Amino acid sequence: MTALALEPSRRGGAARFAGVVATLARIAFAVAVAYRSQFLVWILATNTPLVMLALWSSVASEAPFGQFGQRAFVAYFLVTLIVRLLTGTWVVWEMNIEIKDGTLSQRLLRPVHPFLVYAIDNLAAVPLRAIVSLPVAAVVLLTVARSELTRDPVLWLVAALAVLGAWLISFTAMLAIGSLGLFWESSIGLWDLWFSLYFVFSGYLFPLALFPEAIHRWVSLSPFPYTLAFPVETMLGMTSRADALEGLAKQWAYGLGFLVLALAIWRRGLVRYAAYGG
Amino acid sequence: MASVSVEHLVKHYLVHQRPPGILAALRSTFRRKLDTVRAVDDVSFNIEEGSRVGFLGPNGAGKTTTLKVLAGLLHPTSGEVRVLGMDPRSRPVDLLRSIMLVTGQKQQLLWDLPPVETFELNRAVYDVARIDYTRTLDELVTLLRLEDLIRKPTRQLSLGERMKCELAAALIHSPKVLFLDEPTIGLDVSMQSIVRSFIRSYSDRHCATVLLTSHYMEDVAALTPRVLVIDRGKLTFDGALSDLVRRTRPDKLVTLSFSSPVDPALLAEVTGPAMESSPFHAVLQLDGATMKDTVARALARLPILDFKVEDAPLEEVLADFFAKKSAEP
Repeated sequence: MTALALEPSRRGGAARFAGVVATLARIAFAVAVAYRSQFLVWILATNTPLVMLALWSSVASEAPFGQFGQRAFVAYFLVTLIVRLLTGTWVVWEMNIEIKDGTLSQRLLRPVHPFLVYAIDNLAAVPLRAIVSLPVAAVVLLTVARSELTRDPVLWLVAALAVLGAWLISFTAMLAIGSLGLFWESSIGLWDLWFSLYFVFSGYLFPLALFPEAIHRWVSLSPFPYTLAFPVETMLGMTSRADALEGLAKQWAYGLGFLVLALAIWRRGLVRYAAYGG
Repeated sequence: MASVSVEHLVKHYLVHQRPPGILAALRSTFRRKLDTVRAVDDVSFNIEEGSRVGFLGPNGAGKTTTLKVLAGLLHPTSGEVRVLGMDPRSRPVDLLRSIMLVTGQKQQLLWDLPPVETFELNRAVYDVARIDYTRTLDELVTLLRLEDLIRKPTRQLSLGERMKCELAAALIHSPKVLFLDEPTIGLDVSMQSIVRSFIRSYSDRHCATVLLTSHYMEDVAALTPRVLVIDRGKLTFDGALSDLVRRTRPDKLVTLSFSSPVDPALLAEVTGPAMESSPFHAVLQLDGATMKDTVARALARLPILDFKVEDAPLEEVLADFFAKKSAEP
């Protein structure tokens, strides 16, 4: 060990950041692959949209239910499955465990914000999920209900950003709730409450258009439709370009709002962190 | 210049107390009894750049809490802490790039991947130039004998092998300040020796400041000429290890070996009472004033084959030190 203090690697800020992100992503992907059997089970467990598909298709087998015929339900729930698989995240459980057993300390010692590392850990799993599940869902969707998908390229562009935005809201809401674990020891209960509301108001169990108009209006004000129904409805052309762009703006405002909230809770929570163990 | 400066550090925890039983559990759901634990209570010290200091104390004395405050993991209740002139509470990037906390009980190695992946991760996050990384890693691999380990999944390594890899991961960015919390815990004797000599060599070569806690007194004796002793959150000694020994146990242990059997009565007459004895050896506990005369008498009248003079074992010194402190009002 000849160097008294190592020289930083003389790269510019952006190049250095890109290098850190690339390394974190590569390692997070390697970890995801290491847990491949558990991963496969998790993917297979994300089958609620398929159950709902069977249920609602049967309801609409003889006559359309609201604006949804059988084919429309098939398309809705297959797209829901795809969006759900692309936007799923688990950081709230990770944070709660790490806060409780003190493993968070190892993240805090490194000169990279733990939120960035959590984000890359979660995003690195997306390609593996996509490889395993998307081809099946996409083939079924294209053969059975292709006519239900929008043909508007602008809506597809909005939908792509909306999928990213849906992940952002889910992830940052989890960060905010997970950070409350620094105050409460465990914030999983609050996440369970969030998730029960998500189940009903995100469009996961049934299309939001099936709600009575008054309730639908109130639900649209909450963040839940933007975590799932918004990108799904955009892909299915159930919204106009103008409404889609307005929805995208609201969605990203929610995502960034939760991020600011999560950072504020995190900053105050670290003062309370007890770093148990070790 | 002081690498580490601590002024009147206080750290209190609020701890939930609950008796056992279902009724107590139910009661605690509605009303919690919180006790304040004074983990660190008005502690002050400075550590100069490049020096190695042992941090000693019984379990729960406040050693690890102090290290965690210094590493920026815990926020002090009050007091001022500076490491390399920076406040660890705000976790400035320059500070995080220059320090490392290694604990024998918590690991940074990625459990399912080989250690080399953690090294690579640290290279990226600490922004170590590739050429420096390769050179440092080569040296760490050689010094810690890691050649066969760094490409096996971490979960398949033994505790000692993991600890060596932990140390390597912690030093990829050549930190200027090392906080080591029980770095040799659970290691066998030869592994402890390797880790000890590695830490000393690293500190000497890099002029790195080391603050070390350990329950193994061999670690302290081999590595840290200066010790801080903390007990129930209060600093009770700050000085040279030799001063601690002299102050607590001024007596020396003198071991005599005989070339032929010695009669116990003759031994008692020449040396006074022995701590332990047999026909061929005796162990005496002598104070500084009488040692010279007693040893001279023994050399003149007994068939001495060999003799050695030692301080009392450090474990006993510390046990005596804590016992005396507990007895104080």
